[in-house]
Amino acid sequence: MFKPLFWVIRRDLTIAMRRRSDVFTTLIFFVIVVSLFPLGIGPEPNTLRQIAPGIVWVGALLASMLALEQIFSADHRDGTLEQMLLTPQPVSVLVVGKVLAHWLVSGVPLVVMAPILGLQYDLSVDVQLILVASLLLGTPALSLIGAIGAALTLGLRSGGVLLALLVLPLYIPVLIFGAGAVEATASGLGGQAHLSMLAAILVGSMVLAPLATAAALRVAED
Amino acid sequence: MSTGTAAPALQIDTLSCARGDRVLFRDLSFAIAGGELLHLKGRNGSGKTTLLRALAGLLLPESGEIRWQGENIRALREEYARHLLYLGHLNGIKGDLTAVENLRIAAVLDGFELDETRAWAVLDEIGLRGHEDLPTKHLSQGQKRRVALARLLANRASIWILDEPFTALDVAAVQLLQDVIHRHVADGGMAIVTTHQEVAMIGAHTRTIELGRRHV
Repeated sequence: MFKPLFWVIRRDLTIAMRRRSDVFTTLIFFVIVVSLFPLGIGPEPNTLRQIAPGIVWVGALLASMLALEQIFSADHRDGTLEQMLLTPQPVSVLVVGKVLAHWLVSGVPLVVMAPILGLQYDLSVDVQLILVASLLLGTPALSLIGAIGAALTLGLRSGGVLLALLVLPLYIPVLIFGAGAVEATASGLGGQAHLSMLAAILVGSMVLAPLATAAALRVAED
Repeated sequence: MSTGTAAPALQIDTLSCARGDRVLFRDLSFAIAGGELLHLKGRNGSGKTTLLRALAGLLLPESGEIRWQGENIRALREEYARHLLYLGHLNGIKGDLTAVENLRIAAVLDGFELDETRAWAVLDEIGLRGHEDLPTKHLSQGQKRRVALARLLANRASIWILDEPFTALDVAAVQLLQDVIHRHVADGGMAIVTTHQEVAMIGAHTRTIELGRRHV
């Protein structure tokens, strides 16, 4: 069970390394969206500090969703997805591999980039730490939940818009607890409770999302 | 992995399939045993691909059952997939990976190990010498098809479902593929093949089913 999982991750990482431009578009999108707000709102440190968590998180949300469209569509087009459904491996295990690889490529760079962007918002070090921690717990959950939407909209003509409509509402809890953790820390309340909730969401989606995604993929290939 | 029993291994029982509102075929029943080659004929749109996808378990039929050794393939699922090799219209190979990488990942997902040397040997046999290390997106249509077909040589599946396997292949490759299919069937495997070409697959155990007639 672990060997196919490992091979799927390796396969997707190899492909991502060979077409690096796809990786950078997501990251650059995130950087631009988050950087636009200080430019538009003005250099008032108090305001910026207040809005920072929400903006970084919404930016991460949108970037993650943008990247999600790609997760199954290329495999669907070249027929490797239907081959995956015909292997003796449980499809949900292969889905876990694909989502994990996708997160390593599109989610981790966001987590790494966030503290640098946080500087624009004059965030203190401990707030930055919580920001990174919340993204580290939240972005894999986004990838897992989004994979369901990506599988459901597979092969549809206006799949991108539909994907946003399907997935963004499901992202709301992650956004609330993610941004909430940062805000609570900034106001001195401590973000532990929020982080625990994020971790719970992550665990829940880790259990349920691959099963739902596998079922959706079977429908998409029917 | 063929069964020595006399009972047909793959049994299709009053199968009906529809795409959208259109019924493609109704109450189709036949059976295939090890060592048999089934040639599926029919004009465009008669439901050949649909039937093959149903046989592979990708598509849910309207009604009827497909049984592998007496059990519905819907219930067997992964257990059935272990015995199956399906090659559709799409080659199922990644353009960013090399032929060797494509072959090896397919092998692991199919549940067996294919080491580097064996993968090179297989690709050599299928006529891709010198192209093993190129990303497959740089290969020609026929060469990509050959990479996909290389799985036939590496795999140990007993049921081969091949949808138009001869398209894009040159004369030499068509001959090679025929030999490979013959060998598989002679070894007790079963193959279900669609093709428009009149290829000389007619051996002792070839049966033909034509879709799109009044009675099939």
